[in-house]
Amino acid sequence: MDSTIIMFFSALVILLIAMFHVAYLTYAERKIIARMQQRLGPNRVGPRGLLQPIADVLKLIQKEDIIHPGVDRPIFAIAPLISLVCAASGLALIPLWDRFVLSNLNVGLLFILALSSLSAYGVILSGWASNSRYSFLGALRASAQVISYEIAMSLSLLSVVLMAGSFNLQDIVKAQLSTPYKIYLIPQIVAFFVFMVSALAETNRVPFDLPEAETELVAGYFTEYSGIRFAIFYLAEYFGMIVMSALAVTCFLGGYAGPFEVPGLPFIWFLIKVYAFLFFYIWVRATLPRYRYDQLMGLGWKVLIPLSLLNLFVTAFIKLLV
Amino acid sequence: MSTTLIEVTTRQRNSESWEEPFFINMGPQHPSTHGVLRLVLELDGETIVNCDPRIGYLHRGVEKLAENLNYNQTIVLSDRLDYIASAANNIAFCLAFEKLFGLEVPRRARLLRTIVGEMARIASHLLWLATHALDIGAMTVFLYCFRDREWLLNIFEKICGARLTHSYVRVGGVRLDFTKDIIDELYKFTEEFPQRILEYETLIDVNRIWLKRTRDIAVVTAEEAINLGLTGPVLRGSGVPYDVRKFRPYDAYDEVEFEIPVGERGDTYDRYRVRMQELRQSNRIIRQCLDKLPETEGEPVLAEGAPDLLMPEKVKEPEPKPHPKKGFIFTGKEVNIVPPGEAFASIESPKGELAVYVVSDGSNKPWRLRIRTPSFVHIFAIPELTRGHMIADLIAIIGTLDVVLGDCDR
Repeated sequence: MDSTIIMFFSALVILLIAMFHVAYLTYAERKIIARMQQRLGPNRVGPRGLLQPIADVLKLIQKEDIIHPGVDRPIFAIAPLISLVCAASGLALIPLWDRFVLSNLNVGLLFILALSSLSAYGVILSGWASNSRYSFLGALRASAQVISYEIAMSLSLLSVVLMAGSFNLQDIVKAQLSTPYKIYLIPQIVAFFVFMVSALAETNRVPFDLPEAETELVAGYFTEYSGIRFAIFYLAEYFGMIVMSALAVTCFLGGYAGPFEVPGLPFIWFLIKVYAFLFFYIWVRATLPRYRYDQLMGLGWKVLIPLSLLNLFVTAFIKLLV
Repeated sequence: MSTTLIEVTTRQRNSESWEEPFFINMGPQHPSTHGVLRLVLELDGETIVNCDPRIGYLHRGVEKLAENLNYNQTIVLSDRLDYIASAANNIAFCLAFEKLFGLEVPRRARLLRTIVGEMARIASHLLWLATHALDIGAMTVFLYCFRDREWLLNIFEKICGARLTHSYVRVGGVRLDFTKDIIDELYKFTEEFPQRILEYETLIDVNRIWLKRTRDIAVVTAEEAINLGLTGPVLRGSGVPYDVRKFRPYDAYDEVEFEIPVGERGDTYDRYRVRMQELRQSNRIIRQCLDKLPETEGEPVLAEGAPDLLMPEKVKEPEPKPHPKKGFIFTGKEVNIVPPGEAFASIESPKGELAVYVVSDGSNKPWRLRIRTPSFVHIFAIPELTRGHMIADLIAIIGTLDVVLGDCDR
C-alpha cells in the first residue's frame, strides 16, 4: 500500500516536472530560433516573455473546441490522447539517477520502442477521423515515415543492447559505466548517428516534418483540430522530443553519470545532457530545409537501415570474438 | 482539370473498373500559394496527374480602371500590379506614355530610374528567395532575406516616402531628386550587400537537402521555355540569354556594364543560381549608376513639358468671335492633350518581361491600356511543369516561377 502511494506521488511529480519542461521547451525553442534568426522572440508576457508558455496554455484552453460535422467523433476525440499518452509514458522508464527510476522494467527499451510506434496510431487515426484530404495525406505520410524509421532506430538500439547485454535501461547505463570510455557514444558512433536521425524523424521534426509540412499540407494531420486538442498534439510532439533525448542520453551518453559528482544535485548531469540534445533539435530546425516524401523514405530504407544492420553485425562479431 | 464533374459521373457509370481520381483543392487560402492562387490537383498517391490553376481572386480591373483615369493617375494603379517591385511597373508605364507623348527624359532622371528599378529587383528577388526557401522548409533564410529587404524598403521610404507602392517614377522623369543622405546610404548598401548574398548561399547553396529538393525538379528546356512564353530568370535558367535590358535598352542600361547570367540544365536549382547572380549584377548596376550621378549634378529630374499631375480634362484653343452685344466672346475647338496614336514599351521586370501597350484618342485618358504581365504567363506553365512531380515539388515549382497574384490577376 505504502509503495503504491509513493509510486503515485513520484509519478505525479515527474509528470509535473516534465510538463514544466515541455512548456519552457516551447519558450526556449522560440527564443533560441529567434536569436539564430536575428529577431526577438516572445518578449511581451512577463519579464523577457518568461510567462509566454503559461499565457499560451491558458489561451488554448479557452479556445472553442471545433468539431466539424464530417468527422468520426469518438476517434477524433481520442486520437490526440493516444499521441500524448504514448509520447509521455516513455519517461517513466528512463533512469534519472542510479537510485531513481519510476518503473524498472526488464524490457524497458522494448517498451519505449513499442510506445513510440503506438504513437503513430494517434496520428493515423486523427488524419482518418478528420475526414479531410490534407489530414489524410498527412496521416499517410506519418504512418509510412514512422514505420520505416522505427526499424532503423530499433536496429541501432539493438547494437547498444548487444553491448550491454540487457534490455533494462538501468543496466544499460551501468554497463556503459564499466567500459573504458564510460559512454557508448565512442564505440557505437554509427548507431548513435542512425539513432539521432531516426529520432528526428520519429518526433516529426525538421527536416523530417513531412506529416505536418506547413507549406504543403497546411498542418497535416491536425489541420482540423483546434483549441486544447490541438495543444495536446503539440504537447505530444515536445514530450516525444524529451523522451527521445532522454533515451539518447541513457543509451549513448552514460545516463545520469557525469565527470564528477555534484553534491545535492543528483539529476544535474542527466538534465544537462538532455538540454544539449534539445538544443540540437532546435538548432537543426533553424538550419535545414525539409526533405521530400520519397527522398525521406529513400534515406530511411537505403541508407539508415543498411547502415544500422551493418553496425549490428560488426558489433555482434566483435562481441563474439572478445 | 481534364475531367469535369459530368465526365466523372458518366465515366463512372460506363465502366466499373474506373476509379474516381483523388482531387485536392489547394488554395485560394493556402500557406504557400503566394497569395490567392487556387490549384485543383488530381493526385495519384502523392504524384500529380493533373493540375489546374484557377485565377482571378485578386482581379481589380486595372486595365479598365485606367481608361477612366488620366495618364499620371494610371501610374498609381501600376504600383498594385506586382506590388513587390512596384518601381519596375512604374517604369514600364512611364516608358510607354513617354513614347506616346514624345518626351525626352533627362539623363539624371534616367540614372535615378535605373537605380530604383534595380533596387526593386533586389527587393523582389530577396522576397522570392525568402518565400522559396520557406516553402522548401529553410526558415532561417526567410528572416535573413527580410532583414535586408527591410533595409532597402527603408531607403525607398527616404527616397519617396513610401515603402511598397512608390509611384516614384513619373511620366517624363522622376518625382524627386536623391538627397546626399540617400546616396550615402545606397553606397553603404552596395558595399555590404555582396557579403549578405554569400551569407544566404552558405545556408542553402551546398546544402544536400536543398540540392535534392531543387536539382532536376521541373526541368524546362530552352525550346519548351520559349514555347510556354516564359521570360525573365525562368527563361534564362533554361539557358536562353534573353534580357530586355540588353536587347532593347531603356533608361540608363546602355551606359552600364552587366552580365546576363544563364543556367544550363533549366531546373529549379539553375533558376535559383540565376537569380542569385542577378542580385550581384543588380548590385553592380546600382553601384555604376551611383558613380555616374555626380556628372549630372544639378540637372532637372523631370523633362520639360512633362504633363501636370492633374492633367486637364479638356483644352480649348481660344478663338475670339465678334458678338453683337458683348463685343467679343471666346469660343474654341478642342485640341488634343496628347497626340493620338499608340505606343508600346517593355521592360525587364524582376519576374520577367513586363509590356505595356497604350492607345490614345487624344484625350487625357488612355483609350485602351493593355498590360502583359509575366506572372500570368508563368502560372499557366505550372500544369506543364508539375506533371509527374509530387506535391512537395509543386510548392518548389510555384516558388521557382516567382508568381505574384496581383501581377497575374491585375
